[in-house]
Amino acid sequence: MKPTSDTIELTIPAKAEYIGVVRLTASGVANRMGYPYDAIEDIKVAISEAITNAVNHAYSEDEEGEVAVRFQLLPDRLEIMVADKGRSFNVNAILEEMKPLDASASLEELSEGGLGLFLIDTLMDQVTFNNDSGIAVIMTKFLQRDEVELHADRIKQSYDRPVGR
Amino acid sequence: MNLNILQGKAKDGGELLILKGELDAYTAPKLKETLLELVDIEGASVTLDLSDTNYMDSTGIGVIIAAYKKVCKNNGTLIVQGLTPRVERLFDITGLSDIITIEDINKEETR
Repeated sequence: MKPTSDTIELTIPAKAEYIGVVRLTASGVANRMGYPYDAIEDIKVAISEAITNAVNHAYSEDEEGEVAVRFQLLPDRLEIMVADKGRSFNVNAILEEMKPLDASASLEELSEGGLGLFLIDTLMDQVTFNNDSGIAVIMTKFLQRDEVELHADRIKQSYDRPVGR
Repeated sequence: MNLNILQGKAKDGGELLILKGELDAYTAPKLKETLLELVDIEGASVTLDLSDTNYMDSTGIGVIIAAYKKVCKNNGTLIVQGLTPRVERLFDITGLSDIITIEDINKEETR
């Protein structure tokens, strides 16, 4: 029988050069689960944003921090947790940050940062934060169940079913 | 997982930067350095070609905004061209499409 959930975990040093490694892993996991191209690309951006935040904000320059990533592969969704053990901050303040650019804003008001969380929230189906020790972002992308591969499964099932009894 | 920045001349005589590869928090500082230097002169004219940029996130957008702010102060122009559907989606979601000048080069089809 198929297990209901598989877990893949990795821990990286909190350095920008490893963001691409996790992105590649996320791409592989999502591809394995049968997500369509656009959803895989969304997941890649979301996970990169979460790790970028941890790399940039969690630890001070001279601290050797780590970022933990956990992929939980569930039948209907992929749950990704990105967690650091650095400075935790006010989650409400983070949530207020989540907005797109304002074209009517003056040049000085245009912010070069702060779009990361907005993108995570927009590209994923569900996002939660936990700030017990450090920050953990848990983001979920649902699989569209009635697409190609599962459709094939269903056809197979109906074949297996004994007929005319 | 790298970014190659090729520098040349645009059709309009301005500077051209072609970005090949992935633009993320690791590669963005390299672009920021090159790009901000180019836009740091009065009347600067810079074109960014993203046709071969196969990954971009908010760090790349941050660099473009920083360059845009600087180019505006210097009365110059910054044009972004060759957006892949993915990058275009990102520009639309973040609202960057409404702020910067985007040129469609795919219609001209010279390469």
